[in-house]
Amino acid sequence: MKKEAVHQKTTCYHCGEDCGKQIIMVEQKNFCCDGCKLVYQILNKGGLCDYYELTKNPGSSRKISVRKDKFLFLEDNKIKQSLITYSSETQTHVSFYLPQMHCSSCLWLLENLHRLDEHIVTSKVNFSRKEADIVFNHNKISLRNVAELLASIGYEPYISFKDIKKDKPHFDKSKLYKLGVAGFAFINIMLMSFPEYLGIDTKEQILVNMFRYLNLLLSLPVFFYSASEFYVSAWKSIRHKYLNIDAPIVLAVIVTFGRSVYEVVTGTGGGYFDSMSGIVFFMLIGRVLQDKTYEQLSFDRDYTSYFPIAVTRLNKQEEETVTLPDIKLDDTLLIHNEELIPADGILTRGTALIDYSFVTGESLPVKKEMGEIVYAGGKQIGSNIEILVIKEVAQSYLTKLWNRDESKSTDSKKQHSFVNLIARYFTWIVFSIAAIAAIYWSFNDPSKIWNSVTAVMIIACPCALLLSNTFTNGNVLRILGRNKFYLRSATTIESIANANHIVFDKTGTLTSGSYHDIEYVGKPLPLAYKRKLAILTSHSIHPLSKALASYFGSAVHEDVIGYTEWPGHGIEGIVEGDLVSLGSRKFILDDNDVLDETAVYFSIEEQYYGKFIFRNQYRHNVLMLISQLRKSYSLSLLSGDNAGERQFLTGMFGKHASVLFHQKPNDKLEVIKQMQTNGDHVIMLGDGLNDAGALKQADVGIAVSDNSNNFTPASDAIIEADQLPKLAKFIRLCKINKRVVMLSFIISILYNIIGIYFSVQGTLSPMIAAILMPASSLSILLVTFGSSTYFARRMGLV
Amino acid sequence: MGVILLLLAASITVAGIFLAAFIWSVKKGQYEDEDSPPVRMLFDDTIPKSNNN
Repeated sequence: MKKEAVHQKTTCYHCGEDCGKQIIMVEQKNFCCDGCKLVYQILNKGGLCDYYELTKNPGSSRKISVRKDKFLFLEDNKIKQSLITYSSETQTHVSFYLPQMHCSSCLWLLENLHRLDEHIVTSKVNFSRKEADIVFNHNKISLRNVAELLASIGYEPYISFKDIKKDKPHFDKSKLYKLGVAGFAFINIMLMSFPEYLGIDTKEQILVNMFRYLNLLLSLPVFFYSASEFYVSAWKSIRHKYLNIDAPIVLAVIVTFGRSVYEVVTGTGGGYFDSMSGIVFFMLIGRVLQDKTYEQLSFDRDYTSYFPIAVTRLNKQEEETVTLPDIKLDDTLLIHNEELIPADGILTRGTALIDYSFVTGESLPVKKEMGEIVYAGGKQIGSNIEILVIKEVAQSYLTKLWNRDESKSTDSKKQHSFVNLIARYFTWIVFSIAAIAAIYWSFNDPSKIWNSVTAVMIIACPCALLLSNTFTNGNVLRILGRNKFYLRSATTIESIANANHIVFDKTGTLTSGSYHDIEYVGKPLPLAYKRKLAILTSHSIHPLSKALASYFGSAVHEDVIGYTEWPGHGIEGIVEGDLVSLGSRKFILDDNDVLDETAVYFSIEEQYYGKFIFRNQYRHNVLMLISQLRKSYSLSLLSGDNAGERQFLTGMFGKHASVLFHQKPNDKLEVIKQMQTNGDHVIMLGDGLNDAGALKQADVGIAVSDNSNNFTPASDAIIEADQLPKLAKFIRLCKINKRVVMLSFIISILYNIIGIYFSVQGTLSPMIAAILMPASSLSILLVTFGSSTYFARRMGLV
Repeated sequence: MGVILLLLAASITVAGIFLAAFIWSVKKGQYEDEDSPPVRMLFDDTIPKSNNN
């Protein structure tokens, strides 16, 4: 092959990808494939080319086209009913999840669907959830047509088995209502307390009483509605015979409210309504901030999100669509190219080439012959196959793994939080101070007992501690989220900080999953032969052939005479007069040696020439990350793949690390369990379903994803693959989080000491309380936000 | 005295209106999708839409 001039990179007008050598030109615009061109033509016809003006190359690549009758199942009435949200005589409402949605152009186009098809009434996009609510006239256009229209413009709806169940998580609005009510009451009570603080004329007793009763009235919704959040959590913890931080706070709120009501009713004082509603208000802000969820991400996926909603069943040679739960034993299913196998079965027709990379971590498709068992979760590549179901969907190997009962519940995790531990000590200390004050006054001035005890309870409320915790956590979650490291909840921060053992998966986590690192071993290879191999490999869709084709440079499109593909073995054909064969060792050399490496052998005119050894492409900077983490953590590697790179990986992880290969999903889980019984706190990083069990078992399971909109297994956190090198920094920030909480806790103790100084003497006036409370809350807010942002900035994370 | 009562009533009413507005906005889902509305308002309506929803 002659050395080619580096061709000018031409990017596709639609998707922005490199067009390669074969550029498709339409109206002065370049396209990389027919798919992209088609989308452009549809939009052009509909007068929607503003799509391309709003964002540059807004489309997604259409090189892989959608199978023609892919959405056939939408004709099925049962499926249709489960997807439709509302239907009247002329209109049907449906909501589709469109994972390709990513920019403002997408938003614009999807909200202008009615210009492409007049029977679509409206479409409204929820960008955070990547959903489009579409209203259409079902007398003129079917649900299937709508899905196909979306697919034709590059937004293929993702409809999974999960959609049948209709249990979409709803945005929890109750906290926002509570916050609004508390804020309203707090400000008004504050305003109406001023006259008393500023010394209202005692002659105007009616006015004084009116202010007091108004305050009482306004505090009722705060006490009974807004604060209910904390009662529930405190009650739960007491029922589990455990004191969490909400318990002393509830105590303080109740004591404050009770004493204030007493004072107002007996006419002895104005009470501390402003302090109480203020505490509740600030704590609710913290909660709302901390609960900020990443709506577009799902941390709780089970197998139902991966499986298709329906498959094709063969009933006496008739094809029919059947939903997954209706698949019975002994059904025959037809699996098309690129479709997922939904249930364990025996292959009855065709040769299967199944990509299990998502399930087992093996990076190469596995060949299965007729009569062999295929497991659910694999993806068929190539021609159609038929399988006979031997286990129902819910019983298959993979789903069973998902459904394992996990001992680790979120509740038990929370209990270990150091904040709750401190809160417990705090409670006892407050009780003893109150008791000491009571004993002291019972000897000196019994009339002050009541006063001082309640004042201690009011002022020593650990709300500052709770505030510092929720605000710091909220801010750290936000900073990490901006760096594309999404945590499921605030408790994950602490679990990350406490970990001492990090476990990695290989395929898809450390490596990018594709083969680009190719080494040639064998006789010297003349250019003419390279060209022959390039031609041959360009005909195959096998991942290794594709990798070889791109290794040889841009594809050469020449015909191959008698091209044959032997699934699982290799390919051969006559290229420019010579018989070229390429494939496994057995295929070329006809011996049964199995080497622990991924290699492709080839022969020309039945004469063995050499082999290409494939190495995984490691993600950028992953080596650096490992060497950073090696210093302070025990590391392990659990790979489902072959041991071809053992030497390299042991070098990378160090001698003490355990590097294990050929790990089945269940093995991984057991290894993590073993580590935990040894007292380790484990962070597990993985990407596929094969890691799902291990991710759940680990103290922190982090799913690695090339794109956070992709599907990831259930986990405590999701990290975008590009951000993986920053993991060491993220862990450091989580540790700093704890220190910041400590620091602000010390500050709040200082405030408490001042408050207690007044309260044990029985001289805590509502005014001092009203000054101390917002002052401590605000300063803690500043300290937590300021210091966590400062540290993040120093690490370059902001 | 009468003035103070009047002011009190006025201030609580105003605050109440804001509370009602807040609750309404939460109910209408203004906090559910914070990404699309700011983008949506920038699009030009080149062709008059038949539906404004």
